[in-house]
Amino acid sequence: MEYHELTIEKAGKLLCDHQISSFELTSALLDRIEKYDDEINAFITIDKTMALEQARKADQDICDNNISPLTGVPIALKDLLCTRGIKTTCGSQILNNFIPQYDGTIVKKLKKNGAVIIGKTNLDEFGMGSSTENSSYKITTNPWNKAYVPGGSSGGSAAAVAAGFCCAALGTDTGGSIRQPSSHCGVVGLKPTYGRVSRFGLVSYASSLDQIGPITKDVKDSAILLNIISGNDKMDSTSAKVDVPDFTKAFDLFEKGSLKGMTAGIPKEYLCVDGIDPEVENVFNDARRILEDLGVEIKEISLPHTDYVVAAYYIIAPSEASSNLARFDGVKYGFREKGCDDLIDMYKKTRSKGFGPEVKRRIMIGTYALSAGYYDAYYGRASKVRTLIMEDFSKAFDACDFILSPVAPAPAFKIGEKMDDPLTMYLTDIFTLSANMAGIPGISVPAGFSSAGLPIGIQMMSRRFDELSLLRAGYGFEKTIKLDVRCEISHLNSA
Amino acid sequence: MKISTDEVAKIAHLARLEVDASQKEEMAEQLSHILGYIDKLKDVDVEGVKLSSGAAVMNNVLREDEVKVSPGPCVTLANAPQRDDDFYIVPRIVK
Repeated sequence: MEYHELTIEKAGKLLCDHQISSFELTSALLDRIEKYDDEINAFITIDKTMALEQARKADQDICDNNISPLTGVPIALKDLLCTRGIKTTCGSQILNNFIPQYDGTIVKKLKKNGAVIIGKTNLDEFGMGSSTENSSYKITTNPWNKAYVPGGSSGGSAAAVAAGFCCAALGTDTGGSIRQPSSHCGVVGLKPTYGRVSRFGLVSYASSLDQIGPITKDVKDSAILLNIISGNDKMDSTSAKVDVPDFTKAFDLFEKGSLKGMTAGIPKEYLCVDGIDPEVENVFNDARRILEDLGVEIKEISLPHTDYVVAAYYIIAPSEASSNLARFDGVKYGFREKGCDDLIDMYKKTRSKGFGPEVKRRIMIGTYALSAGYYDAYYGRASKVRTLIMEDFSKAFDACDFILSPVAPAPAFKIGEKMDDPLTMYLTDIFTLSANMAGIPGISVPAGFSSAGLPIGIQMMSRRFDELSLLRAGYGFEKTIKLDVRCEISHLNSA
Repeated sequence: MKISTDEVAKIAHLARLEVDASQKEEMAEQLSHILGYIDKLKDVDVEGVKLSSGAAVMNNVLREDEVKVSPGPCVTLANAPQRDDDFYIVPRIVK
């Protein structure tokens, strides 16, 4: 048995049956991280002592028959999620010494369910980026080929799952930051409906778009983790008071009725997006055929405002960011530049030194868009376009249960390839941004490989709070395509 | 939309960022490029369209008005870069 291949489900079973202990499993994964993470750079912080302590406690819980599906299972967390007593950097120098005094709600939930927090993963600074190259600590590489990016911003989490450093991870998704790196790394990434999962303890980038979700080795694990992290939380007034179904029911639905009776919409506007890689198109067409064979009726639908999604997003997200990131002022926490003359000077020097170039760029765009005289032309207009985008989706879902699309227009690109031109990088988010704008859930499931051997995923999006449909269709697809997405990394440490 | 270096300086001040002379030109160029792309939003007819602030379920969120123990200054000030007992220290404000 290979520890690094264990899913939450399999690890849970072995732990329950006393065939392995959480201490053994956690130790084995920590050893693997030590051996290979110099090449992959998935983690910013590892607290071995704390992880092994949690593992020992989980082993005791298992002996006491106090068991949840996560008891003793090592999970990695994107370093944008506050963990009590463990440094939380957000990939930024401005928080290089920040140690949260509390656990975010989902961290509390994981701990309550006996999970082992194996480490904090790398990300684009504050979640701003699509390649994890914007981290101020390190550049994460794609475990499938280290010359390529893992995607972003949850690139560390996706790479950690693909490399077998943990059973699963949590990421956050503001414009595709769970789904796109999952697609590039050959793992499953789910962005839940806005409000499904509490954001308390998630360091805010764009509060109306941010959502925490699972990055896992398969669709089943996605449901298992979603079951645990979902639910209303009085600490987050935007978390929804809606029933949380048992998401693993999606699999019974598939086993009983395949995907018969489900309708998938393919937006005609998505097929004529500039620059779709033919390899992505092929994988997408194959996926479409597989779903058809499973009984899904495919329909052409229209999302007329697709062409404006990137523009509206890159006003709304930076506007919210410019406001949210005002809290980093060198007074309450984090880095402060020394030797400043007065308060304003200290703010400016601290922020200029503490933030990286992409974060500054987005703060500048947001500040401009919200400034006197420009508000109506930029933020106001973008918010109205957002309304139109939301209406597009609600009309589309009158005709289908889920929307099928690529995740990204191309497979992972080479490290450094797009760093000189921010706008080109923004345009790669075209298929994922809408789900955040409309607040709907989306899942990325591995669907094939490029000729260079890099994974390519497909995306499904559904109505608000209908993650069940995504998990059902995603599970059926995964079960049928039977893609081998085990990533071999043993060559990375030949020394 | 063309952003001048003067505008960059103005926005940077509003954002409490420092952009030194050598970066102003590049920042002006990048912002102009990005905002130039965003100008396509002007093509959308938004006459009569309502503003959207997102997908949150909109209703009042109330909680019981109950007394709770505060975490206290030890916890809230734990990460302060500079403090004196229960106070944050900041550079001089009044000249």
